[in-house]
Amino acid sequence: MRLGTLHLDRGGQIFLLLLALTTLLVPVLNLAVPADSPLHVSTFTVTLLGKYLTYALLAIAVDLVWGYLGILSLGHGAFFALGGYAMGMYLMRQIGDRGVYGNPELPDFMVFLNWQELPWFWQGFDIFWFAALMVMLVPGVLAFVFGWLAFRSRVTGVYLSIITQALTYALMLAFFRNEMGFGGNNGLTDFKDLLGFDLQSDATRVGLFIASALAVVGGYLACRYIVTSKLGRVTVAIRDAESRTRFIGYRVERFKLWVFTFSAVLAGIAGALYVPQVGIINPGEFSPINSIEIVVWVAIGGRATLYGAVLGALLVNYGKTYLTGVMPDAWLFALGGLFVLVTLLLPQGIAGLLRRKEATA
Amino acid sequence: MKTLDTLRTTMRRDQVWEIMVPKTGLELDISHGTILYLEDISVTFDGFRAINHLNLYIDAGELRCIIGPNGAGKTTMMDIITGKTRPDTGTAWFGQSIDLLRLSEPEIASLGIGRKFQKPTVFEHHSVMENLELAMAADKRVWPTLLARLTPEQHERIDGVLETIGLQEHRARRAGALSHGQKQWLEIGMLLMQDPHLLLVDEPVAGMTHQEMDRTAELLKSLAGRHTVVVVEHDMDFVRSIANKVTVLHQGSVLAEGTMDEVQNDPRVIEVYLGGGDGH
Repeated sequence: MRLGTLHLDRGGQIFLLLLALTTLLVPVLNLAVPADSPLHVSTFTVTLLGKYLTYALLAIAVDLVWGYLGILSLGHGAFFALGGYAMGMYLMRQIGDRGVYGNPELPDFMVFLNWQELPWFWQGFDIFWFAALMVMLVPGVLAFVFGWLAFRSRVTGVYLSIITQALTYALMLAFFRNEMGFGGNNGLTDFKDLLGFDLQSDATRVGLFIASALAVVGGYLACRYIVTSKLGRVTVAIRDAESRTRFIGYRVERFKLWVFTFSAVLAGIAGALYVPQVGIINPGEFSPINSIEIVVWVAIGGRATLYGAVLGALLVNYGKTYLTGVMPDAWLFALGGLFVLVTLLLPQGIAGLLRRKEATA
Repeated sequence: MKTLDTLRTTMRRDQVWEIMVPKTGLELDISHGTILYLEDISVTFDGFRAINHLNLYIDAGELRCIIGPNGAGKTTMMDIITGKTRPDTGTAWFGQSIDLLRLSEPEIASLGIGRKFQKPTVFEHHSVMENLELAMAADKRVWPTLLARLTPEQHERIDGVLETIGLQEHRARRAGALSHGQKQWLEIGMLLMQDPHLLLVDEPVAGMTHQEMDRTAELLKSLAGRHTVVVVEHDMDFVRSIANKVTVLHQGSVLAEGTMDEVQNDPRVIEVYLGGGDGH
């Protein structure tokens, strides 16, 4: 990787440093410090942090297409959920005969539906590498086909946002149906273990947390590599003046298509890491509200900065956890109010505020 | 009857035989000294004939000015050359071998026809240098773009163009922060980065100060010879200061062609520009 990737990226350097410290510290505080010590970090917190990190990766993916390419995707939740379902299917197959019905081959909900054999699209999901491949391939292929159709017809702006929204809504309705074979509205749950590690054990939880942190670092560096390359300058040019970019000889559709597909793959990976930590995946993840919320994280954090997206995802989700605990009814009002305030007062988000501080200091 | 039809087609006197039609290649061939042939072009928009049997030939290396009243079809003509608009009839050839009507906009751009739009459209969030880098003739597919790094030769090339357009001191500045005139020059520089054979320049001095106009005239004159330059402009003083040959468009076709003096003394041109009250 080129040296310039992190050069001149103060925010990114600070973020990676903090993330590295957290990733080193949290496992020690959880596993080595006794539970009655005030420094002990509970496993619940570790899992919560891991979940936030998968959201951060998802926010990075959205920032790449929104901040740097100008595509306001209101359907990235769909790619996240598809990655999650692919992982969920692997975890379901790992249950084996430990399910309620004890069927070694079929997951519980299929037995309940009186299905006799595993549907073709569940084949192979008992193998981890295959499931891992699908985690990336399924969102990637969907994004590729969707993008190929949309970008080739030069659908842009708000129209594109609306059809991404329709995409995730359509998938939600489809996954709600029992005959789709993904567990209907209950989704996939009751997972036991991952690669032979017990999902309930502290060590596995810590491992998943570390894996999520590594995925965020990898996703961040990959996106940073893209946006600092000439390709990144082309995508920003597309964002700012699409027809001009086409005119100087770039095939705008293809640039959009590849960056969008890459972003969807990142979202899929985030979903796959999310599912074993929260222990369930259901069609609610496809709900349009989720996708809009991701966009709000990025807007609040500050778009076209990448680390701003991470910041937004972490802060908003911490706020969500806190507020839904203290005052459950207030959360949506708080989120809406926050969005309005940030749009009015901080069009560049929190990252923009930090940068302005730095410039005046 | 079929034989008869074939025979008729074969004997048509207004066309050459299929085998005589030159094959479309992608190599520019200007051995006859003419870089652009527009022949019998007509375009109609909703019943309005924007271009009406237009014939226009541009010699390689010349600096040609095209003038005409509003609605004369100047911009539409540029649109046809760059592939943005398809004519209803007629042919457009780039050199002797390239049929422009069969190519898409990016293909035409990559073959070496560069266009500067009326309104300066530079990439505002990029620096002057990045603007030039983006416009540079290079492999513009996705993967090569991701892996592209500037070579020393490319650096030199960017420096050369910065010097030509006089923006050396502004190389690291954000293009959005440039003055109007500087943006226009930057845009001409972006065209130059593509190594164009033919430059189409749409109203380069609109909104410029006098000093900026003079510099623009110098710039365009310095480009002619190495490149073929076609300038569409309203400002007569500016046209007089740069043009050897002027073409007057009127109602979608060529009204007059010649030096500025010849054109200005042409009674039909005077009629269009000054008279026009009677008979309409």
